[in-house]
Amino acid sequence: MSEMPSAARSIRRRVSTEEIAEQPPRASAYVCEAASCMSAQAHDITVRLGERAAEAGLTDVLIKRVGCLGLCAAGPLVEIAETAQLFERVKPDDVEGIIKALKKVKSTDTRQPQGPFFEKQLRVATENLGRIDPESLDDFVGRGGYEALKRVLSEMTSTDVREEITRSGLRGRGGAGYPTGLKWTTVAKAQGAQKYVICNADEGDPGAFMDRSVLESDPFSILEGMAIAAFAVHASEGYIYCRAEYPLAVSRLRLAIRLAQRAGFLGAGIADTSFNFDVQIRLGAGAFVCGEETALIASVEGRRGTPRPRPPYPAVQGLWDCPTLINNVETFANVGAILRKGSEWYAGIGVGKSKGTKVFALAGRIVNTGLVEVPMGMTLREIVYDIGGGLIDGRPFKAVQTGGPSGGCIPAQLLDMAVSYESLIEVGSFMGSGGLIVMDDTSCMVDVAKYFQDFCREESCGKCVPCRVGTTQLYMLLDLITRGEATLDDLAQLERLAGIVQKTALCGLGQGAPNPIFSTLRYFRDEYLAHIVDKVCPAGVCTITPAEVTA
Amino acid sequence: MPVLHPKPPAPTDDKRWKIVETRMRRMGDRPSALIEALHAAQEAFGYLDTEALNFVGDTLGVPHSRVYGVATFYSFFTLKPQGEHTCVVCTGTACYINGAKEILVGLDRALHVKPKETTADGKISILTARCLGACSLAPAVIVDGDVKGKVTAAELVAQLEAM
Repeated sequence: MSEMPSAARSIRRRVSTEEIAEQPPRASAYVCEAASCMSAQAHDITVRLGERAAEAGLTDVLIKRVGCLGLCAAGPLVEIAETAQLFERVKPDDVEGIIKALKKVKSTDTRQPQGPFFEKQLRVATENLGRIDPESLDDFVGRGGYEALKRVLSEMTSTDVREEITRSGLRGRGGAGYPTGLKWTTVAKAQGAQKYVICNADEGDPGAFMDRSVLESDPFSILEGMAIAAFAVHASEGYIYCRAEYPLAVSRLRLAIRLAQRAGFLGAGIADTSFNFDVQIRLGAGAFVCGEETALIASVEGRRGTPRPRPPYPAVQGLWDCPTLINNVETFANVGAILRKGSEWYAGIGVGKSKGTKVFALAGRIVNTGLVEVPMGMTLREIVYDIGGGLIDGRPFKAVQTGGPSGGCIPAQLLDMAVSYESLIEVGSFMGSGGLIVMDDTSCMVDVAKYFQDFCREESCGKCVPCRVGTTQLYMLLDLITRGEATLDDLAQLERLAGIVQKTALCGLGQGAPNPIFSTLRYFRDEYLAHIVDKVCPAGVCTITPAEVTA
Repeated sequence: MPVLHPKPPAPTDDKRWKIVETRMRRMGDRPSALIEALHAAQEAFGYLDTEALNFVGDTLGVPHSRVYGVATFYSFFTLKPQGEHTCVVCTGTACYINGAKEILVGLDRALHVKPKETTADGKISILTARCLGACSLAPAVIVDGDVKGKVTAAELVAQLEAM
């Protein structure tokens, strides 16, 4: 895991034609240079486009590196910004075609509809993704960036800011959905001269890449959101705790911090006021449990990432025992937009107590793997079929897994459910950070439960017995079932033990670990019984051969 | 805050120790710099041996036992030297349901090597990653820093055998 995509190293190279376009360009090609497209050699496309545009004498054309365009399945992606024409799976040979398209762009051209994947989305936290160069502060400011921070510092009190966030109904996008305004108020009112703001960018759920895309594509919006939060809770120091597995996100964040410091948006006397706030990056080191806030704090302090009992909550006693505000990347990404457009506007989006939008990472056996943002309350069917384009090879839908290792599997009969924090909990799953993994009939649900249990068992920090021992025992029981060696007594034992772990584990990792078991038992009990009673795996995934295990 | 313990000299005159020392000094040589220092040492040397762990601990005033505890807690750190080439297999959910398990089985069968192991000839180390976030390329692997998407076990084995 110490390997880094080589793309991270080449990102600093300037794009040659950027300087050419002094006046507004007549035509622009936006090349997606987020991790997924980068690993498909997108940067070569940018360089080649730049060279070819220069050779063809196109001085009124802009070739721009941008962040995630969203449709990762079809990368590398290039978009003609004026017409919204999208080139998919671009190879070096396709560059000529893009140059031709750039030549044809007229000043009267307007953006055309791009199909349901794009049209059904509503972009708030991801509004700058694929629109700005993530390494250009000017580009960010040109799209309204730092307007919110300037207005906050010049026209508002910290109470105003907290009330505005509270009225917007924004809730924590890391998964649990705690009201953001309430958390900010707790930190603001906590006793202590020194307070901290931490951005949780330890996106550990397998199959989730929302935070990575936002950090790679729009790092300044996170810095702006953190600065606003720091003003609202009276903090002067901030940390971004980011996974070391995201080298591109880390390098773009480092650059963004430097640029923001130089422009006076971080550091002492921000935007010519008396407000001070600075941000440092701390790298994770491959421990899933560090997404839990008290474990994260231990890790920032340079210790083993083990959680501790709450209360006291970090809002009162956090980093170095000081009051600490911890919010997720996506939560901070919403802050600027809420203050620019108003809390009424934000609260007008969504359903019930789940306001605003949610970013999801679509993955698994789905056609349009990628990053999407939709209003809360959209149905799973719309997300999977309209936006996601349905399943690969038109295979039958079996389940969609949400919430990572603490989440659950939602079956086909619930596809018309409107997605919100509440509805997901009702059906035995969890919003989580936003990974949506679609499964077809080639997935065995017992095997999936075993996969997540294996994950939790490995990632358990070992501090509390229910999690350390319980997840291993649960894994062994599931393994017995998938090998066709379990009895109905083992199934009863599995359910009993899962209940104990859920009720007695110290932190969210252990308490959530049994969720994949509960949800698969709730909707796919017949698959468990097939393994136990009939000794067959209906999906043909588990190898049940009485004599020997053929792997 | 002044550092009360004496700072140890670098274990050897290898210039890479300077990188590690600088990273620690920038964070005030405080115990909280431990994880960052281990990152720096692993980046510089490829893995963390006892010499590196003790040097970092002595510089930051952290007991060796705690340094070892932290280095072994986080899966990103490795205490063993790696093979000539590394192959990281992503085992995130999207890769798992798209065949990551078959890839690991195929590697074991052809090269007799399991995750976190190095082949007997010291050529190839196999690692796994929880999720590379490259879900659109599932199943994905990283061979010597290059991400490869939609791989099959046979293709990957052929590529590694040719190295």
